[in-house]
Amino acid sequence: MSDPVTATGGARFAGSDCAISDLGALGMVAIRGEAGDPAFAAAVQAETGFALPPVRRFEGEAEAGLCWMSPDEWLLTCPYAEAEARAGRLRAAFGGLHALAVNVSDARAAFRIEGEGARALLARGAPVDLAPAAFGEGDVRRTRLGQVAAAFWLGRDGAFRLVCFRSVGAYVFDWLKASAASGARPAGF
Amino acid sequence: MLLITCPCCGVSGEETEFAPGGEAHLKRFGPGSEEGEFAGYLFYRKNPKGPHFERWRHAYGCGKWFHVARDTVTLEIFGAYKATETAPPQEILDRIAARGKA
Ligand SMILES: [Zn+2]
Repeated sequence: MSDPVTATGGARFAGSDCAISDLGALGMVAIRGEAGDPAFAAAVQAETGFALPPVRRFEGEAEAGLCWMSPDEWLLTCPYAEAEARAGRLRAAFGGLHALAVNVSDARAAFRIEGEGARALLARGAPVDLAPAAFGEGDVRRTRLGQVAAAFWLGRDGAFRLVCFRSVGAYVFDWLKASAASGARPAGF
Repeated sequence: MLLITCPCCGVSGEETEFAPGGEAHLKRFGPGSEEGEFAGYLFYRKNPKGPHFERWRHAYGCGKWFHVARDTVTLEIFGAYKATETAPPQEILDRIAARGKA
């Protein structure tokens, strides 16, 4: 297997109140199925160790976990080298269910955004209420950042993780970097 | 700015997280239909000043299509309902009627 190369090649930026870093090669498995089907939920829990997270929630530690994406879609994040095997085990467990699991690790870029300015930085580009009372640990939002689609969640370690399509990975990093460097912040932060 | 709550995932967002999809509840006229019916289906749209029923997609969110009842003058959102509904729910019609715009 060839070595994975991320969209920004490990880019990092340290601003005055927040830091942005390429998460490196992250394993990502897209899972789709019927949330209300006990067989589907049990198969996902057996492989991932997590019950299907409800709307706008992430279960897990650091980068690794299970993230809600839509009423019938979740994203499993794990070490890059495990993704292919985990997708295969999920597919085997689904059997004849109308459900799928696909390794999308190379289709997306992933970043960590941390520091006291991280909330304000994301709030500047996403139409999301990022006040601490409205967006806490384990909360997820799949939305727009700048001009492109992105999803982010707030980990228990206080850092945000953000995923976007690989093709716009460099744009997203540059957007975050430029916004962080400008020092401009939305009202209320 | 419109604030829309997606009836599929329950997430509320502002309009740039969504994509408009034009007039709702069109009846399709395909092969075998009269020319006038086909032209009406393809080209003719309401352009009301007031309540309007529209299709929207949660483009940057869950990705699902749904319906929105919206006032084109005041930009008030009367409610959103699933794409599987073939007509606006009564509670939304009641809300519009309560504004005196039935
Ligand atoms: Zn939605």
